[in-house]
Amino acid sequence: MTFEQQTTTPIEVGELLSLVEKFKKEGNRLVQIGCAKVGDLYEITYSFDKDFVFQNVRITATQDTKLPSISDIYWGAFVYENEIFDLYGITVTGMNIDFKGTFYRTAVKHAFSVTTGKEDNPCLNR
Amino acid sequence: MSKQVIIPFGPQHPVLPEPLHLDLVLEDETVVDVIPSIGYVHRGLEKLVEKREYTEYVFIAERICGICSYIHSNTYVSGVEQIMGLEVPERAQYLRTIWSELSRLHSHLLWLGLFADGLGFESVFMNAWKLREHVLDELEATTGGRVIQGVCKVGGVRRDISPEKLDEMVKGLKELEKELERLTNVFLYDRSIASRLKGVGMLGKEDAYYLGAVGPTARGSGVPIDLRQTGYNVYDKINFKPVVEMEGDSYARCIVRAKEMFTSIDIIEQCVKKIPDGPVDMKVTGAPNGEFFSRAEQPRGEVIHYIKGNGTKHLVRHRVRTPTFTNIPPLVKLLKGVQLADVPVVVLTIDPCIGCAER
Repeated sequence: MTFEQQTTTPIEVGELLSLVEKFKKEGNRLVQIGCAKVGDLYEITYSFDKDFVFQNVRITATQDTKLPSISDIYWGAFVYENEIFDLYGITVTGMNIDFKGTFYRTAVKHAFSVTTGKEDNPCLNR
Repeated sequence: MSKQVIIPFGPQHPVLPEPLHLDLVLEDETVVDVIPSIGYVHRGLEKLVEKREYTEYVFIAERICGICSYIHSNTYVSGVEQIMGLEVPERAQYLRTIWSELSRLHSHLLWLGLFADGLGFESVFMNAWKLREHVLDELEATTGGRVIQGVCKVGGVRRDISPEKLDEMVKGLKELEKELERLTNVFLYDRSIASRLKGVGMLGKEDAYYLGAVGPTARGSGVPIDLRQTGYNVYDKINFKPVVEMEGDSYARCIVRAKEMFTSIDIIEQCVKKIPDGPVDMKVTGAPNGEFFSRAEQPRGEVIHYIKGNGTKHLVRHRVRTPTFTNIPPLVKLLKGVQLADVPVVVLTIDPCIGCAER
């Protein structure tokens, strides 16, 4: 079994576009953009890959943060950016295809912005 | 410029067993633009990590899809194992590889049948699905399940396969290989199929790479991305080459899948030769505390399970990026310039799995 090393670099919103352009110039493909709610904050992770070297950059934001779209650089990013808005309510400005909240037809608006889990006790799997 | 009209394609369409909608912008009969829509059956399965313990969640991860189910569970448990630093027994890793390749085999045969049906080639459809039954029987005999196997767990696998059964499996696959050869020859060397697929639905190498294409959609355009090359499970101990075609048309994507079926059989045979004796699972204590992007090669391409845990029994986040989801932008690109009558067949060449995309 191989243990893969993965790097995640924290960045500010203002740095995003220039960094993404740099990744593209270096020949990386966009692998995914994902969001995770951690406490009251949101971690938005942009993942890139070139020759199976996997790199992430991460913005930690609030729901009010406005993210610039990277769809001018990676055209296919619109699927991830629309997903982030639909599930978490984080606005992405300047998307090449903006579904305005209708990409996912969910019964609950921004369903993933609310945590509905059971009380998180320490694991009993001992 | 001709007058443009918009033709809605889907979400209900004879070639689409699952809902995908495309707004096709046409000039005469030619597609000049496409606006895709999904989200008709989004299930929000990822949200269930808040309600299920990380060990139970593997059953939900496997149910993301009814075709690549096994590889979803394998990818999920591999991610948890990476975070927890678990050295899973080697025999379990070999078994996982065998089941992964059986899954690929049955998925490609399912696609071949559906694709042939879409083309109106009924005999190929029936033969492909007949051969697929053999693979499903092997999965059932070794895991207990045809569609959902439920055999992967954190720290190993739930079932072993006896040496006799492994030998029997290889013999069966040798027979299957002969029949597959006949089937794929009929399919790939038929003049009418070639004339419908060659030069249709073009996706260039650079577009495929930067638009995020994965799997046979990327490899049919000359992009040699195959996550098995990273060596997860025991792919680092197996000798194989990813199937890559350079033409970038619908025909190339079909050839990739047809050839990959033979690669899968070869990988299974190598695994059976090399599989060591030993345990198939290990005791696991504690809970994952950390994060990992677990990546694997599904029949449709690279899948990613992002797993983030905080040391408690519930994960903080589980996010799945499925191959069909990332193949949507390339689909938009390759449909441009296609004739309206070819759209259903070209859509099928990316082997869309909406069940996965709507996890």
